[in-house]
Amino acid sequence: MNAIENVSRRHFLNGMFSAGAFVLAARILPASAWAQAVESSTRAAGSALNPSVYLGVEPDGTVFIVTHRSEMGTGIRTSLPLVAADELDADWKRVRIEQGIGDSKYGDQNTDGSRSIRDFYEAFRQAGASARTMLVTAAATEWKVPASECAAELHEVVHRPSGRRAGYGSLAASAGRLPVPKREELQFKPATAWRYVGKNHSIYDLTEICTGKAIFGMDAHRDGMVYASIEHPPVYGGKVKSFDDKEALQVRGVRQTVTIDPFKPPHMFQPLGGVAVIADNTWAAFQGRKKLKVDWDHGPHASFDSDRFKKELINTVLQAGKPVRNLGNVDSEFAKGGKIMEATYYTPLLAHASMEPPAAVAEFRENKVTAWAPTQNPQAVQDTVAAALGIDKKDVICHVTLLGGGFGRKSKPDYVAEAAVLSKKLNRPVKVVWTREDDIRFDYYHTVAAVYHKAAVDTRGRPTSWLARSAFPPIASTFDPKARYGLSFEYDMGLTDLPYDVPNYRAESGPAEAHVRIGWFRAVANNYHAFASGSFADEMAHAAGRDPLEYLLDLLGPGKVLDLKSQGANYSNYGAAIDKYPVDTRRLRRVLELAGEKSNWGKRKSGGGRGIGIAAHRSFNTYVASVVEVEVDGKGQIRIPRIDQVVDAGLIVSPDRVRAQFEGAAVMAAGLAMFGEITAATGRIQQSNFHDFRVARMADAPVQTNVHFVESTAPPTGVGEPGVPPVIAALANAVFAATGKRVRELPLSRMKLV
Amino acid sequence: MVNLTVNRTARLFDGDPDLPLLWYLRDELRLTGTKFGCGIGACGACTVLVDGQAVRSCQTPLRTLAGKQVVTLEGLSPDGSHPVQRAWTRIEVPQCGYCQAGQIMQAVALLARVPKPNDQDIDRAMSGNVCRCGTYQRIRAAIKEAAEGRA
Repeated sequence: MNAIENVSRRHFLNGMFSAGAFVLAARILPASAWAQAVESSTRAAGSALNPSVYLGVEPDGTVFIVTHRSEMGTGIRTSLPLVAADELDADWKRVRIEQGIGDSKYGDQNTDGSRSIRDFYEAFRQAGASARTMLVTAAATEWKVPASECAAELHEVVHRPSGRRAGYGSLAASAGRLPVPKREELQFKPATAWRYVGKNHSIYDLTEICTGKAIFGMDAHRDGMVYASIEHPPVYGGKVKSFDDKEALQVRGVRQTVTIDPFKPPHMFQPLGGVAVIADNTWAAFQGRKKLKVDWDHGPHASFDSDRFKKELINTVLQAGKPVRNLGNVDSEFAKGGKIMEATYYTPLLAHASMEPPAAVAEFRENKVTAWAPTQNPQAVQDTVAAALGIDKKDVICHVTLLGGGFGRKSKPDYVAEAAVLSKKLNRPVKVVWTREDDIRFDYYHTVAAVYHKAAVDTRGRPTSWLARSAFPPIASTFDPKARYGLSFEYDMGLTDLPYDVPNYRAESGPAEAHVRIGWFRAVANNYHAFASGSFADEMAHAAGRDPLEYLLDLLGPGKVLDLKSQGANYSNYGAAIDKYPVDTRRLRRVLELAGEKSNWGKRKSGGGRGIGIAAHRSFNTYVASVVEVEVDGKGQIRIPRIDQVVDAGLIVSPDRVRAQFEGAAVMAAGLAMFGEITAATGRIQQSNFHDFRVARMADAPVQTNVHFVESTAPPTGVGEPGVPPVIAALANAVFAATGKRVRELPLSRMKLV
Repeated sequence: MVNLTVNRTARLFDGDPDLPLLWYLRDELRLTGTKFGCGIGACGACTVLVDGQAVRSCQTPLRTLAGKQVVTLEGLSPDGSHPVQRAWTRIEVPQCGYCQAGQIMQAVALLARVPKPNDQDIDRAMSGNVCRCGTYQRIRAAIKEAAEGRA
């Protein structure tokens, strides 16, 4: 449900457009209910009622499109404007993209959950079509001809009978005085006439990136700014007792030190607290920090030990939990006896490690803050900074730079709040730069998880009864330190919505306490849930002596729309309407069938250190099947010659960028499955940089990832995250096929494969 | 005092001789195309050319640069027309783009040394450069394309 407004003569656009511009704003309803559940504590009530799209035509013909979502590598800053430009029939060369500041007038700006295209495709399409219709009406009125004889054609309106033409710029003033057409009066372009949607188009920032001119948060600059590097409490929840900065102040370029208060629980996105070293340049601030001597009160988490925690977590999933979905009667089927299979899977804490560590510039002046930040969520910057300084959120201006990766980390603006707090104390612009060590040690980690599966299987190895149980320190702990269970959305990522056609299924949750900050990481709970269920399905296939692909298709049955509500599950469906985006297991079948074809599944045999594995998973309303090929050499080293990713994400707006997302997801999944692990002892994170928190490098990465799309006119769904989860499971299954060693714990680097 | 050349401009540096080149470029010259990624020479985001060799600028103190020629991504070509930049654009390698300055400079150094690199040459030269978005497949393709363009 969208509504478009003509706001050409309003003055609240802060000089973004010139006086004679024709400007439309589109509203979108409703914002994602899922996101609201996660963030109810930080989101301004009613912000979803505000416009999400601003599109304008300047008198010189330049088309401005405001993009309100953050660019972290998905291409979203280009893709949404392309949708509007297509319906407007604008010449892309004359389109300027303007990055929206944090402002509730744009509606939801939290660029996470792989939902920017899903939630805003229609709004951008309607804004473009409305503007086109008004430009055509303006031309027809001026020429005193019926609008039906006029059409838009690449930045011009043409009167077909006479051949008369007028550029969009010359029509801007008169279009700006027209009423906005109603939704039902709009005529959208047929798909055959699309210029940009579904075509390959370069990202807006490509040239600037390849010439070193693109500005990331790390590159933001204000005249007169000083640089800050912050010594954080080494244990989550710790506090400064006292500190000695004498030697730090001796370092050339260091000006002073400033303490930052610890957070008051819940920590949410507040600064962790600590001691900031302020200097004339980044290097001096880093050097000064090394000379600081801080005596810490480590607080209640100083005994956290990840090895011990792992044992406790695995023990938790072996006990009965709370049901989150219940189909049939699992227990009576288990009681009948017969063949039972069970397995427990474990995945460790992980760090996001985006290539750009957290960084931000803030300038406090006259009780207002202006910030420049690589943030996925500029409205959370406003809320967090306002709360930290006790000012109104309207007095926090957040400019969104490019993000050097985000993966969920940069939805949490603690580092921006640090810059704001310091700027207020120092009364000048401050740039906060996190070191890589800070980034690895003070992340909002991808949670550690244990998942237990148990099934009673029939003579063909097919489950008649299936129990799955998951326990992990929840994201909810960000908002409530007492939280021991996940919010619904965490279970709804691959546990509640197990897609298989079995008569009895129960999903359960177990409790776990967070001893570090936990946050969402690309694909979130899908990563461990898909690893476990995808591995367990493969275990059952092999136990029955069946081909894994044939077995998965049999598990899915003919396919149907799952009715989770009747099974006691209030399924959150990634915040999307369940009728528009149902859990349709026929689409999961289709990606698996296509994966079989495209990967030549039947013809490629495993054995002799070479193995092929397969898995399929629905996440973010998108269906993906992954086929992974591995070679394991005599030393147990894994090489990945090829991955095939088959994707049904509905309509694809920017095919090349979507392909890039699935290529990149394959690399990230392979890296975290092979090496990814954060551990802790005495409450301190034991990794610190890329030498001990290993990520995939070129020689480790899949050599060739082929991405195949299911042609679809279904509504567009997520693409940033869904490529990760099935690759993890398929890789583990490929390792089994190659070596006969079943992977139940990640990372693989901990396993002896030969 | 250190005399050096950065992107064909002569520079005189009289600050802390231990200052790594990375921070001289970024904080003093405001050439922010060269990125900070790890500070220990483990990710390659800060790679620049010094006398044609790829070096990690975060591990290169100013005192070692007397009389040296430094080239950053901003100085590789006036208009993004270097064959490696052209290949990067055509294949659309970047996702977030943050590591790509380092990747491009590393690739330029590789091609200067090995005009027709094979997969092993590329793996060996490029595995010090981390890309968390996972653009390796396209980096490899772009290096090969740039190499072809030279032929």
